[in-house]
Amino acid sequence: MNTLEYSVILVHSTSHAVKAEQVLARAGIASKLIPVPRQISSDCGSCIRVERLHVQRAQHEMESAGLEVDGVHDIG
Amino acid sequence: MTDLDVIYFDNAATSWPKPPVVLEAMNHFMNKVGANPGRGAHRRAVESGRIVYAAREAVARLVNAPDPLRVVFGSNVTEALNLALNGLLRPGDHVITSSMEHNSLMRPLRFLQHRQVELTVVPCSPQGFLEPEAVKRAIRRKTRLVALNHASNVIGTLLPVGEVGAIAREHGLLLLVDAAQTAGALPIDMQESAIDLLAFTGHKSLYGPMGTGGLALGARVLEGDLSPLKRGGTGSRSEWEEQPSFLPDLCESGTLNVVGLAGLEAGIRWVTERGVEAIRAHEMALTRRLIDELRPIPTVRVYGGQDPERQTATVAFNIDGLAASEVGLRLDEENAILCRVGLHCSPAAHQTMGTYPAGTVRFGFGAWNTVEEVDQAVAAVRKLAEGRP
Ligand SMILES: Cc1ncc(COP(=O)(O)O)c(C=O)c1O
Repeated sequence: MNTLEYSVILVHSTSHAVKAEQVLARAGIASKLIPVPRQISSDCGSCIRVERLHVQRAQHEMESAGLEVDGVHDIG
Repeated sequence: MTDLDVIYFDNAATSWPKPPVVLEAMNHFMNKVGANPGRGAHRRAVESGRIVYAAREAVARLVNAPDPLRVVFGSNVTEALNLALNGLLRPGDHVITSSMEHNSLMRPLRFLQHRQVELTVVPCSPQGFLEPEAVKRAIRRKTRLVALNHASNVIGTLLPVGEVGAIAREHGLLLLVDAAQTAGALPIDMQESAIDLLAFTGHKSLYGPMGTGGLALGARVLEGDLSPLKRGGTGSRSEWEEQPSFLPDLCESGTLNVVGLAGLEAGIRWVTERGVEAIRAHEMALTRRLIDELRPIPTVRVYGGQDPERQTATVAFNIDGLAASEVGLRLDEENAILCRVGLHCSPAAHQTMGTYPAGTVRFGFGAWNTVEEVDQAVAAVRKLAEGRP
């Protein structure tokens, strides 16, 4: 059973999400692009899921790379 | 490549053949990926998004653009130039261009003149050279933009974009460069040359497929100053009925040509692996050989600066007493040499060169061409020039 807790980071678009994925990989933070959960937004694009443990560092890495973060949400 | 049934010297129109990796990348996308990037987020959609992003990165790295997210894709350089010119210029603005431009830049500017945009066309020499000081002298209080080709598609002459870039910066103007003939063929550094908007096409020296191109934006171009050519679905901000204000989505409505962009990324990868400098050296050697062999033929007139260092691998010439169209036809029919004749969509350039309206014959070399092909072509031209059957 998967017991990890996750957060999602919202960005402007899939192009931004792919850039974020690379920035995080370079920083050694595992991430996955997933559909934006419906309860968070009705956007039809993707967002970045990371372990909740790393979310602050992930946000910092992204912002240092010039990526605007639209929102951070904990998910189940 | 020596096993082709033709000698393909029309690379200035579009490069051919395409590297095998380009076809493989396009095949891979069609067979194994296929999804719409950024519309939905299933694994294939994300993969498709990664392919598009890799193409943005490839372009940004090649031309030293500040950010892959500021590389906007479209169908070709013509669309990119239309986006830049229509997107930036407002009634009352003044813009400076040269007399060596392709119609893809000239026609949108002539159109904008009817919309109260003021235009100065700075004359070039008959060899196609532009004096940076002449650009400086044309600057007015309302000048907003300088728009130039990096190299002429007719005679290959390089324009001094770096020097003009420095002048533009000094006067607070933006510089737009049409790099259709040079992206991939010559080193380009947007930041060092102070290029604010670089328009490129995928199907020439980037060795990608037709239907790909775009505009790389420097940091000085503000999103708020750029009005998109079209508005519509972007896959982002679906809840908004207003166009997103951020790049690249601001300027990329509608599903992209992802199969084409997969090919473009592979083409740029191929160019980068060969090395832009190495391709340039090879093309310069072919150009030098052609010019050196054609020049002594008494009835052949070679146009341009006739210096491979100051031009791309494009050479324009005429044979006295023979129409360019006749030369082209006979080279094709008798020697399977494929080139382009006429005005090459650039009436202004031919007026500058003194070859309007007759036009010229144009050979455009690419990375695949060989010395043997150049020698065969020289022999064929010599035969026509000497009036031998
Ligand atoms: C200098 C220049 N500008 C614009 C173009 C138009 O290119 P495209 O048809 O790919 O938009 C070309 C090539 O045809 C060119 O050489």
